[in-house]
Amino acid sequence: MSLKGRAYIVGAYEHPTRKAIDRSVEQLHADVATGALKDAGLSLSDVDGYFCAGDIPGWSAPGIGPFGITEYLGLNLRHLDTTESWGSAYINHVAHATEAIVSGKCRVALVTLAGRPRAAAKRPDADHGNRYDSPEYEFEAPYRPQVTNMYAMVAHRHMYEHGTTSEQLAWIKVAASQHAQHNPHAMLQNLVSVEDVLASPMIASPLRKLDCCVVSDGGGALVIVHPDIAKSLNRPLITPIGAGFHLRHLNGGYFDILKSGGVRSGAEAFAQAGVKPDDIQYASLYDSFTITVLVQLGNLGFCGEGQGGKFVSDGALISGVGKLPVNTDGGGLCNNHPANRGGMTKVIEEVRQLRGEAHPAVQVPDCKLALAHGTGGQLGGRHGASTVILERE
Amino acid sequence: MSESIPNPEQAAFWLASENGQLLLGLCMETNKPFYYPRAHSPFTGGAAEVFEASGFGTIYTYSIAYRVSEPYCLAYIQLDEGPIILSNIVGNDLEALQTVRIGQRVKVCFSSAEGARRVPFFEVLAD
Repeated sequence: MSLKGRAYIVGAYEHPTRKAIDRSVEQLHADVATGALKDAGLSLSDVDGYFCAGDIPGWSAPGIGPFGITEYLGLNLRHLDTTESWGSAYINHVAHATEAIVSGKCRVALVTLAGRPRAAAKRPDADHGNRYDSPEYEFEAPYRPQVTNMYAMVAHRHMYEHGTTSEQLAWIKVAASQHAQHNPHAMLQNLVSVEDVLASPMIASPLRKLDCCVVSDGGGALVIVHPDIAKSLNRPLITPIGAGFHLRHLNGGYFDILKSGGVRSGAEAFAQAGVKPDDIQYASLYDSFTITVLVQLGNLGFCGEGQGGKFVSDGALISGVGKLPVNTDGGGLCNNHPANRGGMTKVIEEVRQLRGEAHPAVQVPDCKLALAHGTGGQLGGRHGASTVILERE
Repeated sequence: MSESIPNPEQAAFWLASENGQLLLGLCMETNKPFYYPRAHSPFTGGAAEVFEASGFGTIYTYSIAYRVSEPYCLAYIQLDEGPIILSNIVGNDLEALQTVRIGQRVKVCFSSAEGARRVPFFEVLAD
């Protein structure tokens, strides 16, 4: 079933904070919810469907997270979706909200993400470990699989199979910094060079400090509505036309670490949208680490499988310079990675580009077709991959 | 880790580990080995058994953790029986760990942190 014209993203908002010392997590959720609704020309009382994931407060015992935050926000719901797939959940929620609207479960869908890991001085690892009662826990925890190592192992294998180099990975950070210099909210606004990346300290071989995204506070929200409502509002008409999801796991020990869930989520999204990678004018690609982008480029078909290293060299991802502008807000590598979950900001910048509301220095001229893709979890382990292709009518 | 609770389905694996044996799951319908062992085959949902692996394998990929008090090497090992398993290459001497490469042959060894049970690790075999 084509998604085109079945629902529209009419509100998008990114919290300007990057360090929320004096705000609670629920307050941040309310900040972004009201921000996105104001952007749409709607209010909290219009919302009848709410979409959230594991960043909401009170998620784990003893609280039931969605109940508390729904009451805090004062929502009056007919539909609730808490599908969790770490950082990709919010990209997934664009499709879920569309499906709910199509099937009549809601008409105004609100998606929120917020967190304050920086103010709380909480390391990403504290969030990403598998729980002690998950079935694989005892077979993995003794080996201390830190998040960065679980991505770095993908980078080593990519280098081994395809000759990818640290210099090529560094180009992904360079492109992010070229974009972030124009974003007054970006956490890192200074330009960096390939040499700067290579001179930064090793964290988890072969990944260095500047191969890693920022840890930041804040969040974002989206408002997705029924076509009748969208046409009554004074916002550009941005519609999802294709979406895909895949949960990649270790399959009893038989997996190709270089084939992320994006291989399947991307193919599904392109098939549903009826477009090809070459048609995409702008892409938001989850950049938890430089290797995440590199693998996704090949898996999604923007370049030949394994050819990401050659593809990203010499500024191919820089808007106005290269053939595929990527993460023009500065991405997670330089701008923002709120709650250690990057999917929300990926969709927000995709919407900005399609509306023509990106910074003029990075705006893709007449951007009509864009893609957002994210890998939530661990690139070298289990993860949920989500792709959404949006079109401006 | 400290919150671990006994899991009856996994008891045989850890008992074997105490005795220096690495067990793999075996799907009774497809005869295909898998890791980690579990009662239902991940390929068919049908019955599964365990068997002792040879303990030999090849480094599929690895990464050294630097930002810790004692560097260590996380690795995926492809066992000769087929499955890829997560483990560590033993040792915390950084210079020695930095000689680790994809494709090196490894053999299982068993070790435990103080007070913890023995778990399978891997050591690089001399050429």
